[in-house]
Amino acid sequence: MLPSDRSAQISALYQEMILDHYRRPRNKGEIENPDETIVMKNPLCGDEITIQLRYEGDKVEDVGFVGRGCSISQASASMMTQLVKGKSADEVESLRSRFRDMVMGNDNEPDDKSLGSLRALSGVARFPARVKCALLAWNALEEGMKRRG
Amino acid sequence: MNRQSDFPIFANNPGLHYLDSAATSQKPRSVIDAVSDFYETSNANPHRGAYALSVEATDRYDAARKRVAKFVGLADPDCLIFTRGTTESINLVATAYGRANLREGDEIVITALEHHANFVPWQQLAIEKKARLRICDLTIDHRIDLDCLSSLISAKTKIVAINHVSNALGTINPVKEIVRIARERSDAIVVCDGAQGVPHLEVGFDDLGVDFYAFSGHKMCGPMGIGAVLGIRSLLESMPPYQMGGDMIEFVYDESTTWNVLPHKFEAGTPNAANAVGLAAAADYLDGIGMSEVLRHERSLMTEAHKRLAEIEGIRIYGPEPSLRSGVVSFTMGDVHPHDLATILDGDGICIRAGHHCAQPLMRRLDVPATARASFYVYNDQSDIDALVEGVLKAKEIFGHAAV
Repeated sequence: MLPSDRSAQISALYQEMILDHYRRPRNKGEIENPDETIVMKNPLCGDEITIQLRYEGDKVEDVGFVGRGCSISQASASMMTQLVKGKSADEVESLRSRFRDMVMGNDNEPDDKSLGSLRALSGVARFPARVKCALLAWNALEEGMKRRG
Repeated sequence: MNRQSDFPIFANNPGLHYLDSAATSQKPRSVIDAVSDFYETSNANPHRGAYALSVEATDRYDAARKRVAKFVGLADPDCLIFTRGTTESINLVATAYGRANLREGDEIVITALEHHANFVPWQQLAIEKKARLRICDLTIDHRIDLDCLSSLISAKTKIVAINHVSNALGTINPVKEIVRIARERSDAIVVCDGAQGVPHLEVGFDDLGVDFYAFSGHKMCGPMGIGAVLGIRSLLESMPPYQMGGDMIEFVYDESTTWNVLPHKFEAGTPNAANAVGLAAAADYLDGIGMSEVLRHERSLMTEAHKRLAEIEGIRIYGPEPSLRSGVVSFTMGDVHPHDLATILDGDGICIRAGHHCAQPLMRRLDVPATARASFYVYNDQSDIDALVEGVLKAKEIFGHAAV
């Protein structure tokens, strides 16, 4: 690979939106009366994230996260909390599955507009070593939704 | 002097700036050839066959043991047990010596500077034996606090386990002084994790005075999957075996078994003869440079890298001053996570380690989740420092000046 290509991939990875969510994470902090608290670790790097969920009926009423990590894991968690609030279990699962496909590079529709701001993380697919970072919060979310049943 | 031509990895990866030798070193052609040559000319199962080829394989394996023993200053090669590497070596001592000798209420003293491989085996042994694990604190510049160490070692101490050189920070520890303190205050054995010692320093086991010394081949230009533990003969002879199987037995009765002599008692199963031969070739390669030159070379590069990184606003470097370190510089930059830094450097072919360096207890004490670590070795040169510094500045630019 030409160095210039790699450089372009780096620029695509560290988009302004990612750095913005990293610096000013949304929904960071504990929520009131959580129904589920899920701790997820990335043993590779020691990063740890805690996701808290409160449900109302079938819907995610509130979600927050705590933890520290790289820009990819923090931005991914921050954007996730914005997007899943108010969504039903089925909608959350659909979003999670399409997001996962995108960062794993399995995406059949690379321009899946329904992913919204999450598309800023599409560059992760070019960095296999960073896929786990992008998925950390989402794996915690999956576990939380599973526990809910 | 440019040694990159000795290492095929560089010709196969143009533009590579390999600064992760503390994780694993690259391999010179002579080591790769020695492993191939064993398989191509002498391959048979050592100690098994009553035929010439097996005898030759055995001879080469034995010669490798003698060569490696000489490299680490061990006069009695039978006290060198080949293992898969440092991790297995320490587990061997913790299991075979520890289980047989530790009692409830005894104490094990380690330090906050240990790699998980010299931490977890002792922690788990302590739990199993209801012994107490005591962790020595560090000085403000991340060296082992010898006053703290003295205060922790007492008649209750049965094992003192310390690293020779810290993998995370490069700190070179005063092993002889630690041995002196341990002997003065206890009857404890001293176990030394030399994974980062042997590749960078001239190690003389007999002179060092420790009871066990563990190291790996792959960090010293040798193959992966081979390493050794050196031990005091009387201790090795009094210990029960570590693993049971072929080669380590003298005679197997229906109801009992007697053990083979050293070193075979601790080498159950078919040995990793080809990689032992490769490790001996690595010893030849390093001796060809001279270990004092190895340290001088890597330290001079690291010292310059340290100096230039320290000039960048927001950089924090961990560990003592460069003259007390091997070729490692461990750092963070503002709020830029080390993983992001490593990804950005990787974009320019620069390989550094980002993470906890298998030293989470240390990271907690440094109050960081991770650091970025650049480690220099015999094949690195000025261009690697330039690339590292440029890459760090680029990361700083990407993350914006507000990063610090």
